[in-house]
Amino acid sequence: MTTTANSVTMRIPTALRPQVGNKESVSIAGASVRAVLANLTGQFPELGKRLYKGENELNRFINVYVNDEDIRFMENLDTPVKAGDEVSIVPAIAGG
Amino acid sequence: MSFIKALRCKECGADYPIEPRTVCDHDFGPVEVAYDYEAMRGKVTRDSIAAGPRSLWRYKDLLPINGEPRAGLRSGYTPLIPAKKLAAELGVKELYIKDDSVNYPTFSYKDRVVAVAITKAIEFGFDTVGCASTGNLAHSVAAHAAAAGLQAFVMIPHDLEEGKMVGMSVFGPRVVKIKGNYDDVNRLCSQIADKYKWAIVNVNLRPFYTEGAKTHGFEIAEQMGWQLPRHTVLPVAGGTILPKVWKAYQEFITLGLVKDNAPRMHAAQAAGCNPIVKALEEGTDLFRPQKPNTIAKSIAIGNPADGYYVLKVVRESGGSGASSTDPEILDAIKLLARTEGIFTEPAGGTTLACAIKLIQSGRIPRDESICVCITGNGLKTTEVMQGQFAATPAINAKMNEFDDLVRQITESANAKPAPVKA
Repeated sequence: MTTTANSVTMRIPTALRPQVGNKESVSIAGASVRAVLANLTGQFPELGKRLYKGENELNRFINVYVNDEDIRFMENLDTPVKAGDEVSIVPAIAGG
Repeated sequence: MSFIKALRCKECGADYPIEPRTVCDHDFGPVEVAYDYEAMRGKVTRDSIAAGPRSLWRYKDLLPINGEPRAGLRSGYTPLIPAKKLAAELGVKELYIKDDSVNYPTFSYKDRVVAVAITKAIEFGFDTVGCASTGNLAHSVAAHAAAAGLQAFVMIPHDLEEGKMVGMSVFGPRVVKIKGNYDDVNRLCSQIADKYKWAIVNVNLRPFYTEGAKTHGFEIAEQMGWQLPRHTVLPVAGGTILPKVWKAYQEFITLGLVKDNAPRMHAAQAAGCNPIVKALEEGTDLFRPQKPNTIAKSIAIGNPADGYYVLKVVRESGGSGASSTDPEILDAIKLLARTEGIFTEPAGGTTLACAIKLIQSGRIPRDESICVCITGNGLKTTEVMQGQFAATPAINAKMNEFDDLVRQITESANAKPAPVKA
């Protein structure tokens, strides 16, 4: 896949790498988290089944970060992104 | 003999072999150890447990290890205190304090989960262990790793209390301070576990680690004379212990070791970090993460990974939740110290302060048995108590000065703070 001018870098956790050809990260275009994820799951349909619970709701064990900030502190799936941003998918984990 | 069946996804039920694993591949749901309870019947009994060591390993049959315990041989089996003075002050009939502030070796409930995780790390052949921590977990991982001869990396928020820093550094781990809050540390740790072949106890050993938390509940039941408290009040941070104490109660019920008295689980959080209590109050399934701002740093987790299960268990059990402010937390720390001689950290103050609120509001009836779970030690966080006590003047080593002092103290006895009446 080629990096285009409006691409963000999408970081993929181990558990999801088999669905994206075993890559650690992929370049994906889009102006919001929702658009980026739509383009990502368009390319890798198997991934979509794991990311989403139903149509519009992310699986509750998936956390998405834009440049290290949880999208729930911003505009959730509507959080805007720009070229060069890093979007990470991180599973929720325990501790304390 | 082992009764372990598999690692099973709590969401979709997919089974995995016993291996280091963070989440289910299908839906990212947490995986949990599944046991063969049928095979345990008649083998795991009150007698078989009572014959075990005076440590959490007396419940070995209900823990996910293959061979003999390799770490934390003296962890657990902490006191269950019938808190008569505190009960009288709060106006309740039957109150217990489960006191993990004196857990071995690092004075918090974390010695339970780490004993199991380090044993498992050794079984899997890891030479390096690590964790994301608000302090207590780092203490425990560092101490157990030192004793087991493993390398340790502990990842912590940069602004922990001084006592917490010393309490981990002394064991010689690599301490990695991260500019951010616990949730930032946790996210990084999840990525570290992806990249480095280490045993991060609360990431890739999480299914085994969390099972250790059950022993807190097993002990409450056994120490109450093989019965369950009607109400259990637990702090909620990442959300591990509350659902696991519930699981412990249910396992004992399943095995016929205790009677099912419909135990209720209550969640305690600091007002400055209460995403779960907020969700309980608002009646929502999904909680909103928060940026923590509380003196109860050990439970300052704004994005609790197991928060969903806390909500589920509290609701299913008919329990409730409460949150308490920093001044209420400090008052509760002093109340517990003054009535029962137990010095807990702000997390414990939070739990007691919330228990008091639930008693006052009638959510916990005064005539039913209550267990308040104290999970950490106040000597690790002494700075929060600064300014809480009147200054003590120094006197010369002369009897007349001492007499004067005693007279002053007697005269000012009336000015003693009024007892907190629930």
